[in-house]
Amino acid sequence: MSENAGLKAKLGLDVFKPLGKPHIRIRPGMEKDSRLKAAVTGCPAGLYTENEKGEVTLAIDGCLECGTCRIACGTDVLDWNYPQGGEGVQFRFG
Amino acid sequence: MERFEVIIIGAGLAGLAAAYTLAGEGIEVVVLERGEFPGAKNVSGGRLYLNPVRPLFPSLWEDAPFERKIVHEGITLLAKEGSVALEYSGEELRRPPGHSFSVLRSRFDRWLAERAEERGAAILPNTLVERPLVEQGRVIGVRAGGEDLAADVVISCDGALSLTAEKAGLRTPGFPRDYAVGVKEVIALDPGKIADRFHVSEGEGSARLYLGEVTKGMFGGGFLYTNRDSISIGLVIRIEDIGGEAARSVPALLDEFKERPEICSLVRGGTTAEYSAHLIPEAGLRGMGKLYGDGIIIAGDAAGLALNLGLTVRGMEYALASGYYAAQAFLRAKGKRDFSAPSLEVYRSLLDDSFVLKDFRNFAGTPDVLDNPRYFEHYPELAAAVFRDLYKVPAGSKDTLFSTVRRHVDLKEIWSILKDLKKASAI
Ligand SMILES: Cc1cc2nc3c(=O)[nH]c(=O)nc-3n(C[C@H](O)[C@H](O)[C@H](O)COP(=O)(O)OP(=O)(O)OC[C@H]3O[C@@H](n4cnc5c(N)ncnc54)[C@H](O)[C@@H]3O)c2cc1C
Ligand code: SF4
Repeated sequence: MSENAGLKAKLGLDVFKPLGKPHIRIRPGMEKDSRLKAAVTGCPAGLYTENEKGEVTLAIDGCLECGTCRIACGTDVLDWNYPQGGEGVQFRFG
Repeated sequence: MERFEVIIIGAGLAGLAAAYTLAGEGIEVVVLERGEFPGAKNVSGGRLYLNPVRPLFPSLWEDAPFERKIVHEGITLLAKEGSVALEYSGEELRRPPGHSFSVLRSRFDRWLAERAEERGAAILPNTLVERPLVEQGRVIGVRAGGEDLAADVVISCDGALSLTAEKAGLRTPGFPRDYAVGVKEVIALDPGKIADRFHVSEGEGSARLYLGEVTKGMFGGGFLYTNRDSISIGLVIRIEDIGGEAARSVPALLDEFKERPEICSLVRGGTTAEYSAHLIPEAGLRGMGKLYGDGIIIAGDAAGLALNLGLTVRGMEYALASGYYAAQAFLRAKGKRDFSAPSLEVYRSLLDDSFVLKDFRNFAGTPDVLDNPRYFEHYPELAAAVFRDLYKVPAGSKDTLFSTVRRHVDLKEIWSILKDLKKASAI
């Protein structure tokens, strides 16, 4: 299994309540900011990817709401919020 | 505007400890929790040391949903190849009422919430606090679920990111140097296998920590705790260290850790039941934010009250205790009908006199001492190399034990070790 498929399978074990709208966004114009590189390697859910143009994109489904990307990249780069109450990941063990 | 004496943000250990204590004194208290139930968003390693907090909640622990009583402690230095392990088991760890216990937060927090509710605390799940309501520098309530709610005091227990305190202007966003990310799997495993593999009887468990190759030399380590019918396994890595050139991704590091022969044999046959991640504040005293303001008290991870001592992350006792002292501070301020910052300052002195800030002062130097790559790479490799050669019987004759050790520990190395030891005196 490729690294990414393995991670997707692992995230598939978790319970997620549907998200209304994405709670984290890369601020427009910041897609190439070098601070995003730390989110590409650091996001435990592997949700940040860098394309061939050097732009980083975020796919929010599977977000564990850990806050790593907010600390790693800062709030100039990310508009970071928790999901609405009751939405998002729900740990059964924690 | 609906009004309460106290609004608590976050039904984690800090918030629930505060609610339990306040409700016990007949205070009108509501806990706002963004998760679908208390614990739904919370993660720890985790092991709770009961001694420091037992006296604060005397009648609480009898039916607590502990996973296992920890009776074995282990630490393993992982080199690229090979490892050196040290284990401790002592009768005193077994003796009632027990020293430390493994917990799973989703279960544990829900149980603690029920205890607080029994005493009359109102717990509102599915409720995200959007921001504190601030009037002329004073926190007068919160906005949650599109509604404004007022309180004499808001106790902010919203965890490591501490967004409420940030929005109230009491903190700035955190720095990568001051936080770690913890990633964890809960692996379901038959209790019989747990007993055999960890040499424990029913209800007893083991805690193991791993340093070295597990984080590829980055500041942090690995942990393994046995639960009733599962194993918690994970990594803690400082965020500043993530993402250097050619860095492994955090999820890949966890997979590599699990593939180590030292780990693989322990979890074989188990099935992963959950994957989680969470932030850990780890700057110690230096990273501690403001603890109170006008109309607001901050407790638990939100106040930076977690310590990474290299071998252990401790935050749960500090969360429980700071929640308790936040409640005590409110009660004293209520006696004076004064909820301004000078009146709430008593929170700081209560913490100062308790194990919480005593620990923080005692370990104030630890983060800087541990910030030494030798601990996370060199020493594990050195230890494994020494033992490899001590155990080796070559084809020819074997060197004396002393010269074998000296081959790895020359004068330069001894000098470096002495320097590290000198610094370590601050630990
Ligand atoms: C991998 C890992 C291993 C650890 N191991 C250990 C260990 O072995 N021993 C130990 O003692 N400590 C350990 N810790 C640290 C420990 O888990 C924390 O210190 C502890 O959970 C802090 O409790 P808290 O109540 O302050 O915060 P949390 O448990 O984070 O609770 C915060 C609560 O606030 C809620 N919340 C946040 N924002 C809002 C909002 N805006 N509105 C409504 N609700 C909100 C959250 O949903 C959550 O319920 C570990 C941590 C991690 C991540
Ligand atoms: S909060 Fe955590 S899981 Fe979610 S995108 Fe950021 S780093 Fe990834």
